[in-house]
Amino acid sequence: MNKGSKKTLTKLIIAVPLMFAFGFALVPLYDVFCEVTGLNGKVFQSEHTESLVIDDGRSISLQFISTNNENMPWTFQPSKEVMKIETGKYHTATFFVKNTTNKKMVAQAVPSVAPSNAAAHLKKLECFCFEQQELLPGEEATLPVKLLVSNELPSNIKNIILSYTIFDITDYNDESLAHHETGME
Amino acid sequence: MSAVIENHHEDHHHGPAKGITRWLYTTNHKDIGTLYLWFSFAMFLIGGAMAMVIRAELFQPGMQIVEPEFYNQMITLHGLIMIFGGVMPAFVGLANWLVPMMIGAPDMALPRMNNLSFWILPFAFFILLSSLFMEGGAPNFGWTFYAPLSTTYAPPSVTFFIFSVHIMGASSIMGAINVVVTIMNMRAPGVGLMKMPLFVWSWLITAYLLIAVMPVLAGAVTMMLMDIHFGTSFFNAAGGGDPVLFQHIFWFFGHPEVYIMILPAFGIVSHIIETFSRKQLFGYSSMVWAMLSIAILSFVVWAHHMFTVGLPLAAEIFFMWATMLIAVPTGVKVFNWVATMFRGSITFETPMLFALAFVVLFTIGGLSGLMLAIVPADFQYHDTYFVVAHFHYVLVPGAIFSIMAAVYYWIPKWTGNMYDERLGKLHFWLSFTGVNVTFFPQHFIGLAGMPRRYPDYALQFADWNMVSSVGAFLFGFSQLLFLFIVLKTVMGGKKATAQVWEGAKGLEWSVASPAPYHTFSTPPKID
Amino acid sequence: MTFKLLENLNRKIIFPLLVLASPLVKADWFALNMTRGITDISNEVFELHMLIFWICVVIGVLVFGVMFYSMWAHTKKKNPVPAKFHENHKLEIAWTIIPFLILIAMAVPASKTLVKIYDDEAGDINIQVTGYQWKWQYRYLEDGVSFFANLSTDLDEIYNLVPKGENYLQEVDEMVVIPAGKKVRFLITANDVIHSWWMPAFAIKQDAIPGFVNTAWTVVDQPGIYRGKCTELCGKNHGFMPIVVKVVEQAEYDEWVFNKKQEAIKLAELTTKEWSTAELNERGEGIYEVNCVACHQTEGQGIAGIFPALAGSEIALNNKEKHIEILMEGVQGAAMNSFDYLSEVELAAVITYTRQAWGNAENGDGEIVIPKDIVDYKEPKI
Repeated sequence: MNKGSKKTLTKLIIAVPLMFAFGFALVPLYDVFCEVTGLNGKVFQSEHTESLVIDDGRSISLQFISTNNENMPWTFQPSKEVMKIETGKYHTATFFVKNTTNKKMVAQAVPSVAPSNAAAHLKKLECFCFEQQELLPGEEATLPVKLLVSNELPSNIKNIILSYTIFDITDYNDESLAHHETGME
Repeated sequence: MSAVIENHHEDHHHGPAKGITRWLYTTNHKDIGTLYLWFSFAMFLIGGAMAMVIRAELFQPGMQIVEPEFYNQMITLHGLIMIFGGVMPAFVGLANWLVPMMIGAPDMALPRMNNLSFWILPFAFFILLSSLFMEGGAPNFGWTFYAPLSTTYAPPSVTFFIFSVHIMGASSIMGAINVVVTIMNMRAPGVGLMKMPLFVWSWLITAYLLIAVMPVLAGAVTMMLMDIHFGTSFFNAAGGGDPVLFQHIFWFFGHPEVYIMILPAFGIVSHIIETFSRKQLFGYSSMVWAMLSIAILSFVVWAHHMFTVGLPLAAEIFFMWATMLIAVPTGVKVFNWVATMFRGSITFETPMLFALAFVVLFTIGGLSGLMLAIVPADFQYHDTYFVVAHFHYVLVPGAIFSIMAAVYYWIPKWTGNMYDERLGKLHFWLSFTGVNVTFFPQHFIGLAGMPRRYPDYALQFADWNMVSSVGAFLFGFSQLLFLFIVLKTVMGGKKATAQVWEGAKGLEWSVASPAPYHTFSTPPKID
Repeated sequence: MTFKLLENLNRKIIFPLLVLASPLVKADWFALNMTRGITDISNEVFELHMLIFWICVVIGVLVFGVMFYSMWAHTKKKNPVPAKFHENHKLEIAWTIIPFLILIAMAVPASKTLVKIYDDEAGDINIQVTGYQWKWQYRYLEDGVSFFANLSTDLDEIYNLVPKGENYLQEVDEMVVIPAGKKVRFLITANDVIHSWWMPAFAIKQDAIPGFVNTAWTVVDQPGIYRGKCTELCGKNHGFMPIVVKVVEQAEYDEWVFNKKQEAIKLAELTTKEWSTAELNERGEGIYEVNCVACHQTEGQGIAGIFPALAGSEIALNNKEKHIEILMEGVQGAAMNSFDYLSEVELAAVITYTRQAWGNAENGDGEIVIPKDIVDYKEPKI
């Protein structure tokens, strides 16, 4: 094979794993893109929200939706389905959750915000969706979400929907299951 | 342009081996081209049989032939086989046969890798097809295999599907590397880049696209494998992942993929129209720039397959404008083909019939594609038969017609025999009628509201579905005629000259018909 | 064996042939185009579609016109000497720029319509739409109304055993009712795999993605029934989970909501409330006093020889099932009628009371009856 062919071949052979890696790089890139632009309704934990606190924010309404994924048997609903809040102030919303089965279970709540361009302005300081939630059989809990909607929210948005879907991730958590007492099958 | 006469004694040393080992171990680009072409024909017939099952079920409302679960397996395998087993290997086969000859090279740059590239394909498709007999059945989630239907909810055969896709991908990547190295390094002196035949250009660009995106597909199916078997959550919201991420990664591959499936067709059609108009192709450099623009733009339009997924407004607007932009270079190509014919001296042999039908029918498919780019309208078209009509127009009377045209055009060079012109024309008219009767009504039923991937439908869609099915049976059975024609030509026929076609230009026409086993062992002199 | 063969013969050949012979009622040769739909947005989308369509037709006619002319006029016979021209830079630039301008002319109105569609501010009514394999669930957020909608077409129609109805594959057991003239916002998600909610008449299509919410909105002025479909492959019954939306005047909507709430309250009471014995007794006592005391007397002693005593009765002590049966069916040949017109709650309460009162609880099995038991009794057992 001539020299030129060898060079071309080498470059192309390197290109292949590079593009494979690029495919995988799309995964964190996607999250970075979502975080930076607030698109796709993804919201992450916020810090340093003190600068957003103001006195004369405007009134908007916050609606809560709860969904159980697949056959997730827990009772899961917002304590209030609609809240009238003011931008630039901290508010706390709560969700009621109960494990109605006779087994210990672990759930993960996944949030989604609509409209998607509101997501960047919805700052969550505390959210039960940041951690997995474990409930013993029959146990109930009232889970908080502490949030602040920045006054930078586009003025045409007067209503934000915050939705949570709970997923059963008990099987992903064999560790914790191994710790439960016997007789609790 | 003069060719070098082949040395007889070389033939005695390096003539083809005898028997089955010839085909197993060959490193000869002509043999490998033949293997790819026959393989793709077989896959075309198998995928076609599945289409017959689909259209038989859709002949009337109600479930008559198959159950919905099996129907979903049919549509999935039909797509996978036609794309990865039919169209792509056929174009690779044509590349293998023609590219070395067109550039005056003795063979492909990596002949042994060439052999490997081919032989892993039957293996991959054996695995894919055998999934029909596995527990849970074959993949049933559409050829686009969106998560989580293809991960959490998939049948056990999904793992074999992933394995099979990896192998097909490896085959395509190796083939593409071979093409690029060959074209960039083995052109005979005098064959400059802007003097290369357009088919060679089209394959150079296609090969770069393949190298860029097939690894991304490999990444997507690897992520699927990890989600299914290794507890990751790339596409599972519960674990912090996102099903929409799958779609972004898939279509980042998927959109360039459809241009991979049409660019070589553009090359073929340029050759054939030039030959049968007896007039030099109009606007050679524009044609090259148009193909390059299409290839580059193909990387930034992927989300037009995802307009209803809930993308932000800014994204929808960007992807709408970028997608519409592709119409410009594509239109330039169509205008150039028409300008080539204009005031030429046209004859209508079978290759020309297929090429002309390509120009008209591919343009119709392209125009419905333009309609699909308009986002608010796409909300009514997306996932309906309007989309099915669009992509079948660009793929069947598009890519497939170009492949048939290429076979008719070059088979005298490959076999030394002319095909039967009367039968060829018959095959053309049957296919032309069949393809239009099958797919044109699908525009109507899509607009009227029938979604795709439905095994059954409401009554207002019955009439046109019946017509479409009749067309499908006509088209399907006509391909048996094609098989007969090809076999007949291989066995014998009127002897072909080296030139074969009066207006044909290019190095491949300077060697004898059939082309000697080794051509251009010494580079030709180009004037 | 023969039966199976006949069954198959019937199912796969004879009936389909019969169906084929009968005129296809709603088959439509003129179902050629997109629907205009019923909203301002859907009409705008339709106009956009027609505009693009006609532009494409004109382009096609022009290009194919030149091409077909050439195929006629420039055959080898008619034009034996081909021209020599093979490039023209001015022409290339012209037919690059002109299509580019045409595209801009299309993209601008399209963008305007898109911006309108995305302007999804709060709705007067918000409905959460959840796709399941293979049905839709609807939850009205303001009113708390919630229900599932399943395909209601009979399997026999699908398998060609009986003729297909007019709304074959387009009918459901629960319609989505919305009021005319109000802005309705849909919050679309999914329970398992990706589905997609499409209402052609409103030009709404949004994918239903598990874990995420997509929004769409509409204002429908014209009452009527509108049918939609799932448009994302979601498994075996993807083709069998349609959508039906019924638009009604505000008053009718309010009534529907009220009825639905009543149903919901009833169902909630019945199946989820954990009834304590004390609650049931209290209620039951009240019902007993109104409905039963005339015959069975205040202390449950009945009137000897005429009306049986409930206190100490074998059925009230040890036979809960028979006890329920008597209240539900009455007793043949006796004065005891069926009391199934009472609500399930009332029945459960009064039966419990009579099983507990007057020392019955201590002397017998003490079993109480909850409203769900009555619901279960009523359910036809297959």
